Amino acid sequence: MPPPLAFPRITPSEITPPAVFAARRAFIRSTGALILAGGLGSAGTVAFATPTPRERLAVSRRSPLSTSEATTPYRDVTRYNNFYEFGPDKDSPAKHAHRLRTRPWSLRIEGEVRRPQTISIEDLLAWAPLEERIYRLRCVEGWSMVIPWIGFPLAELIRRADITGNAKYVEFHSLADPEQMPHVRTPLLDWPYVEGLRLDEAMHPLTLLAVGLYGEVLPNQNGAPVRLVVPWKYGFKSAKSIVRVRFVERQPKTAWVKAAPEEYGFYSNVNPAVDHPRWSQAQERRIGEFRKRPTLPFNGYAEQVAQLYAGMDLRRNF
Amino acid sequence: MPPNAPSRPGGQPTTRPQTALTAIRALVFVLSLLPFLHLLRGALTDGLGANPLEYLTQQTGTWTFNFLLLTLTITPLRQMSGVHWLIRLRRMLGLFCFFYAVLHFAAWVWFEHFFLLEAMARDILKRPFITVGFVAFALLVPLAATSSQYAQRRLGGRRWQTLHRSIYLIGILACVHYFWLVKITAIVYPLTYAILLAVLLGWRARDRIARYHGPPHQRMMGK
Repeated sequence: MPPPLAFPRITPSEITPPAVFAARRAFIRSTGALILAGGLGSAGTVAFATPTPRERLAVSRRSPLSTSEATTPYRDVTRYNNFYEFGPDKDSPAKHAHRLRTRPWSLRIEGEVRRPQTISIEDLLAWAPLEERIYRLRCVEGWSMVIPWIGFPLAELIRRADITGNAKYVEFHSLADPEQMPHVRTPLLDWPYVEGLRLDEAMHPLTLLAVGLYGEVLPNQNGAPVRLVVPWKYGFKSAKSIVRVRFVERQPKTAWVKAAPEEYGFYSNVNPAVDHPRWSQAQERRIGEFRKRPTLPFNGYAEQVAQLYAGMDLRRNF
Repeated sequence: MPPNAPSRPGGQPTTRPQTALTAIRALVFVLSLLPFLHLLRGALTDGLGANPLEYLTQQTGTWTFNFLLLTLTITPLRQMSGVHWLIRLRRMLGLFCFFYAVLHFAAWVWFEHFFLLEAMARDILKRPFITVGFVAFALLVPLAATSSQYAQRRLGGRRWQTLHRSIYLIGILACVHYFWLVKITAIVYPLTYAILLAVLLGWRARDRIARYHGPPHQRMMGK
């Protein structure tokens, strides 16, 4: 837990990582080239080589829930991803996610609610003040990062969803458009990607609806325009590019539980004491570090979330 | 194939001028070293992506498997094409398979376990895909150790060949190792290797059946 902000503190996210700086330079250069080429009447080819402009997000506050650990460089956060709609490799999302169109985008809120609604991403962004949350991310594969997300608590959405007493769980559906996501055509997972949380997990102040990272709009490969971030669970619980939030009475059947129920559980809380059937979860490799470090129960958030699971056998409810 | 195997009875001489063969072998040697040089350069220039240790482990494993398949391709290719000097490349390809296997094993020892014997032992006993990978590696060692012409002579052609047929088993173990370690979303990779291995082993099975039933002059000693 960082000390109270007694004096202005420069968070790592305020310092422009070199890669970002370089990318901005490259963008300025190529934009210049684009303008020049446009003048010459041959903008087409240059336009495709131009990286997507990176929009800054206004962040109104920092959160005491942020970790003070060193953040993973922007370059690594945006080139090492699991987003199987775009392909099986870590670099597939960075290569192919440019096909994703994040505007216009709307989110459907339905199920056990008094009034189902469809809201635009613009309206969603106005629902609550954006804040920065620097969270650890632990992947079920055994690597981890520290990422400065921008977003607001999912609880804000749930508050406005006007749920009924039957709502016990929340389902999150990712976009599954084969035109934009080429690998949705291969039946490796049961598309669309569905994840879920118990209502109290979803309401927890740590659970974030993220729309940005490193002070900017979320890059496509990281789940633009809106994704979930549940820092005490393995990364795959945090659904990306969400188009549907559905409140339900029964525990959702999630994508990985359907694909391999003996390997991935509904809860999937980070737990060094419960191994994946094929590998150990006791340690993790923090991206950028050489040696492995021990994995912490609930990814280091035990103090905040352990009481959610009081009395539960976490070995059985893995 | 024993080193002093007679050329096919009634066939044409199959040797190439020694200089040409030496040049070809030098070329194959350099080509086989390229993946290693690529990884070395990447390691020295921070060019191996966000998770370089994982990348090194994966790439050395992939190249071990590539060279295993290449080694197994020599005999079918040679018999189908009649280009018999190809056999002179096989030992080198097999040794490169072992070379990349050693790197792959070293990556596991170093990056996964930092030389902790206890952690390695636990991993081998507990994780089926590690067990299988370790057994495959252990079985490669005697093959590499008996790759010299001296060892071939010491063992005798037939015994040497029997020993080296364990490469078929090693190939199957490598497939199991690969299938067991990937997620369902990456299943296409081990599947591809399994199909290629099945083709190469299937060709041998068919060849063997044909040799038992076919005319005697086709009964070549082949692997």
